[in-house]
Amino acid sequence: MIASGHLFLALLEGLVSGLVLALTALGLSLVFGVMRIVNVAHGEFFMLGAVIAWFFSAALGSFGLALLAAPLAVGAIALAADRLILRPIRYAPEATIVATIGLLYILQQLVLMVYGPYARPVDAPVYFRVEFPWFGYSGYKLVVAILAALLLGATWLLISRTRLGLYMRATQQDPDVARAFGVPTERVYAASFALGAMLTAVAGALVVPIQQAHYLMGLDALLLSFMAVIIGGLGSLRGTLAAALLIGLVDGVVSVFFSPTLAKIVASALVALVLVGRSGGLFGEGAT
Amino acid sequence: MLTVEGLECAYGEALVLRGVSLRLAPGQVLGLLGRNGAGKTTTLRAIMGLLRPRAGRIVLDGRDLGALRPYEIPRLGVAYVPQGRGLFPFLTVEENLRMGLLVRDGDRRRLEEIFELFPALRERLRQRAGTLSGGEQQMVATARALAADPRYLLMDEPLEGLMPLLVEALLGVIGQLRARGVGVLLVEQRIEAALRAADEVALMEVGRIRYQGTAAELANHPDVLQTYLGVRRDRRVGG
Repeated sequence: MIASGHLFLALLEGLVSGLVLALTALGLSLVFGVMRIVNVAHGEFFMLGAVIAWFFSAALGSFGLALLAAPLAVGAIALAADRLILRPIRYAPEATIVATIGLLYILQQLVLMVYGPYARPVDAPVYFRVEFPWFGYSGYKLVVAILAALLLGATWLLISRTRLGLYMRATQQDPDVARAFGVPTERVYAASFALGAMLTAVAGALVVPIQQAHYLMGLDALLLSFMAVIIGGLGSLRGTLAAALLIGLVDGVVSVFFSPTLAKIVASALVALVLVGRSGGLFGEGAT
Repeated sequence: MLTVEGLECAYGEALVLRGVSLRLAPGQVLGLLGRNGAGKTTTLRAIMGLLRPRAGRIVLDGRDLGALRPYEIPRLGVAYVPQGRGLFPFLTVEENLRMGLLVRDGDRRRLEEIFELFPALRERLRQRAGTLSGGEQQMVATARALAADPRYLLMDEPLEGLMPLLVEALLGVIGQLRARGVGVLLVEQRIEAALRAADEVALMEVGRIRYQGTAAELANHPDVLQTYLGVRRDRRVGG
């Protein structure tokens, strides 16, 4: 009975963190897939989402508004980064890696200067506990899981059903031919970059009441997103989703029954295993 | 009228087009022939705005295309069948056709007209384009370009690898387009078929147009083909 309670808790924790990770990793995967660039600064958008959510919560007293404001602000920052940094270097793969490393430090140090080295909490917007047979569980975490799942679904619809989504997939597959069919590919790149940043910013904002906002919190987000993208298969959104959930669940189970450190080791071993056994990831390069 | 004047294009230092001039009228089929590397594909890419010319002008009905962004050119009614078909392989056939429709916001009725030309596609709408046979892919590539409701159609080796039956079908489609007033610029290695389809023929060699005349004229001058394409009329230009 105790063990099954623990397992349930582990799976629940894993599901929540897996869904949040899925949002973050989906953003990274989208940007890599459509633009063919590795955005090393992706984790900083997560951090910015969290810090901006803290700021708006503190200033406006409403976490709901903060949850809207954070992705909008981060989306605007991403658009500026696209226009001022990525487009001038023509999205060249190597150059964008160096440029986004620079962006990572600029954003991180700016936040350190303005926000300081503190970890600041935000009160959860909803207080309730869901009672399970073995324990009560934070209602807010379940809300996070549901919101994350809804956003993942909305992103899926955007990519598979809308004109922008079609243009994104066409641009991913052949930018020149896409241009020859009237697709403003540079705008598609900008939109993809902003969308990827906004997804991860929402994830960052959602976890502030659980984890607090801190200027270095982007590094873990980046690392885990990379793991999800690699395990899932580069460029495969479906694979990224599956891998993020897998990492979340493994992390939950191993953390509860063993230790969080071992969980990280297991996740890294998974990456190594995938790279050795199936270098294309669990889901090969392909559609979405 | 689609006019190309003194077009020069380079890949890096290598000058690929050295002053190409062409005129394509509505309802005209202009064959652009030449050996590999003569600059035919580069000419088409430059017209589509995918390559910035070093010199020269491309004018569509009085409008200089050089001032436009690449994605604005197809919206003026210039459609493209790229070499090697250039389908979006992971999009379904329907999505590929939708890419064509969206260029000029055509509605689905346009697709019905296209299915009359290519009835086999109706059965394949849900299939990923990359999984089709070569002939079917070529049909999708042409259908996608037609979905964009072009006034001028640039086709880069649309007959490549097609069975004789499909070659005839595609030549029939080109004939129908001509009858509807669409200007077709046809780059082709299948000389025989191109000469049958074309009203006029331009022969390219090392980045220049070396000969231009009616297809009928050329048919009477096999020596010209021999000189610029290095073939006798009854053979294909070497791969």
